[in-house]
Amino acid sequence: MSTQSYRLRVNGADHEVAEGWIGESLLDVLRDRLGLPGAKNACEEGECGSCSVLVDGVLSCACLVLAAAAIGTEITTVEGLGAEGALTDVQQAFIDAGAVQCGFCTPGLIVAIHDLLDQDASPERLVVEEALSGNLCRCTGYGRILEAVDLVAARRSAS
Amino acid sequence: MSNVVVPTTLDEALALLAADPQLSPLAGGTDFMVEVNHGARRPVRVLALRAVAELRGWRRDGDVLVIGAGCTYVSMADPAFAVAAPALAQAARTIGSPQIRNMGTIGGNLATASPAGDTLPVLMALGARVEVASTEGTRTLAVDELITGVKRTVLHPAELITSVRIPVARGPQEFCKIGTRNAMVISAAGIAVVLDREAHTVGCGLGSVTAAPVRATDAETFAAEAIDWSTLRAGAGTTERFGTLAADAATPIDDHRSTAAYRRHAIGVMARRALERCLS
Repeated sequence: MSTQSYRLRVNGADHEVAEGWIGESLLDVLRDRLGLPGAKNACEEGECGSCSVLVDGVLSCACLVLAAAAIGTEITTVEGLGAEGALTDVQQAFIDAGAVQCGFCTPGLIVAIHDLLDQDASPERLVVEEALSGNLCRCTGYGRILEAVDLVAARRSAS
Repeated sequence: MSNVVVPTTLDEALALLAADPQLSPLAGGTDFMVEVNHGARRPVRVLALRAVAELRGWRRDGDVLVIGAGCTYVSMADPAFAVAAPALAQAARTIGSPQIRNMGTIGGNLATASPAGDTLPVLMALGARVEVASTEGTRTLAVDELITGVKRTVLHPAELITSVRIPVARGPQEFCKIGTRNAMVISAAGIAVVLDREAHTVGCGLGSVTAAPVRATDAETFAAEAIDWSTLRAGAGTTERFGTLAADAATPIDDHRSTAAYRRHAIGVMARRALERCLS
């Protein structure tokens, strides 16, 4: 089995990955080696978005990133979005809007919504729907997730 | 040598590939990693192309658009790109999800050579030229010379796709696809129609209904003759006949995504609509 040792930069800190099988996805490395289980593992084929992370600021499915090829990139997971122990405004809006049911899709959606609102501070509904079309939620019907996005946009523009 | 290499120049990438037949090229990963995650591919050594500067982005060179093999779908959905290549921008925007469009590349779509690759019918309709390089030199292929069957290409192990050249739009273009939902769907059938108002030609490429990429040449010839090129109008029944001829060029199969009969029907409907949208 082909292995390699390498270093990944995740949430602003360097992490050593020793003798990793070279086929390991970034998702597996984050969850199983680096103790960062925020990105969830569901489909392993980029269909569900529950493993969404930022790679050099680009919204990506961690399951489709070859971890050993991500050396030299800045990776941000849901754990790295807010200050230590504090909720981000998107996470707070999810609580306020009741946008969490089983919670499995939530971390991926949080990352995707931060990415959206960083690019477009007050997106129209259609833009939000397209931006979140790669994040599947099987509980909520999306209504309260969309409400949470609007809530963050309103709160950010008011502050 | 490392088992995963991340070169920054094309020369370096080609030299590494020439020296090691077990080195697998990796572009956006949206097909490659699905196979790895499902145990269908066990890479021995990997050549990650993400940092190769020459493969990135796109540029306009006179009447030609030069698209780097590493150009992502999101870059092709960009408004400036859409002006020069409307149908390719439409196709790029319908692929996968935002995450997939951020990662997947046009070079990967060609190299994977899936019948459902959404850029392929557009590239066929446009008569795209694909540049392929190795340490031995470069060669240029049409898409139907590159792709010879389902997930089969004529690429040698030491070759990389480096760029795709298409003409800048000289008339209306349309891309249509159909699947079970709007987002995150693999096409059951797709079609691109490209009108060239200067050459008075029509390009029509079909997706997901043939093993290897094809143009609906009878439909193209018929439409080119039926269109009044000064007004971009055509007589009654032109778009219907175009749809019929396009459907005749399809050789679809029944599979888990659709049936042959539905796919052929869908090609006929979408070809008619696409031409209607192109005409005045």
